[in-house]
Amino acid sequence: MVTHARKLLTIITEAALEGVLVRDIERLGAHGYTITDARGKGRRGVRSAGWDASSNIRIEILCDQETASEIAAHCRKKYYDNYAMTLFLVDVGVMRPEKF
Amino acid sequence: MIDPIILFFLLGLGAALLRSELRLPAVIYDFLSIVLLLSIGLKGGIELSKQPFGALLPQILAVTAMGFLLPLVAFPVLHRLGRFKRADSASIAAHYGSVSVGTYAVAVAYLGNRNIAFEEHLPLLLVVLEVPAILVGIVLARGFSRQMRWGEVTHEVFLGKGIVLLIGGLLIGWIAGPQGVASIEPLFFDLFKGVLALFLLEMGILTAAQVGSLRKYGLFLLGFGIAMPLFSAVVGVVLGWLLGLSVGGTAMLGILAASASYIAVPAAMRISVPEANPTLSLTAALGITFPFNVLVGIPLYYAFAVQAHSFFGG
Repeated sequence: MVTHARKLLTIITEAALEGVLVRDIERLGAHGYTITDARGKGRRGVRSAGWDASSNIRIEILCDQETASEIAAHCRKKYYDNYAMTLFLVDVGVMRPEKF
Repeated sequence: MIDPIILFFLLGLGAALLRSELRLPAVIYDFLSIVLLLSIGLKGGIELSKQPFGALLPQILAVTAMGFLLPLVAFPVLHRLGRFKRADSASIAAHYGSVSVGTYAVAVAYLGNRNIAFEEHLPLLLVVLEVPAILVGIVLARGFSRQMRWGEVTHEVFLGKGIVLLIGGLLIGWIAGPQGVASIEPLFFDLFKGVLALFLLEMGILTAAQVGSLRKYGLFLLGFGIAMPLFSAVVGVVLGWLLGLSVGGTAMLGILAASASYIAVPAAMRISVPEANPTLSLTAALGITFPFNVLVGIPLYYAFAVQAHSFFGG
């Protein structure tokens, strides 16, 4: 099986950010994304997803190295200071490189 | 006699304080708030279909003015006296200028139980009071900056789900009228108190979750969370009396003024004033003011309204 190297960028953050973040991600060149509801605990306390203000989301984006770096840098600059946000990159292999 | 819905609130509060595993799934809580918002909207809409809109214009303008005024009073208190940062003071002030639909729903049940009539178009005033404080809060935090993305802010404020459901309910009630709405009454009106009871169970759990942060932020916030609604209630009651509302309506306007938002405003502030700490405003609005209003405030504001009417004359 031939695979092509891509990055999986995962962002875990406050549900309140979904609208603006999705717009940013598309503008920066991602071809798609997957969003799931999430809950957990971090530096900003327990995010229990009991209701809107304590809900988290996990956004996953498959893209090339360049787009991933750009989105990561943008998030770091714009959101790290004031929002609960965790972001990490993983190397993955995809079978249809034109899709990502 | 204590309302059973209040006991549901206390059950949620007690269970969560004792660290029970009890919690309502988030989707159920969402559903309950949707039903409450729509039924409140529908009630108001039916009333609007009976009277000309123009007659309500003075009330709408006066209540809008109150929505601008309350956060302007709260802000200096928080900033100067409480020594909160500018952004935090502005955000908390916005929460207190806006309204809590949950508190309004409890007040509807309270007055209903005692057969006290109030003007049925009050949901319209509730919608009106929701918005101005958010704008004041943003301007207090930001100034009239050109960088502000007002398009996004307007979208967040006017298309938040609370406002959409309330206005949607008002419009449906207004268009369909009393006969039209009769077919959906079993869900939206007959079940109102049952839905409210479940909603308050979850509100009790959410309130208990704020207790930890309450310990951290101390006495000033506690004092503010009680003093501010008392002050706002007096403003609301006096305004209600000036506008010629009934005793029940006057009490309702006092309750609306006294309540602090915990749905629409937190969402708008999170996007528009990100540097404001959301824990502070939620601790105050949800951890202190909501339980205070539900347990003590509503009967008290009703007593204010009775006093105002007998003192100044009806």
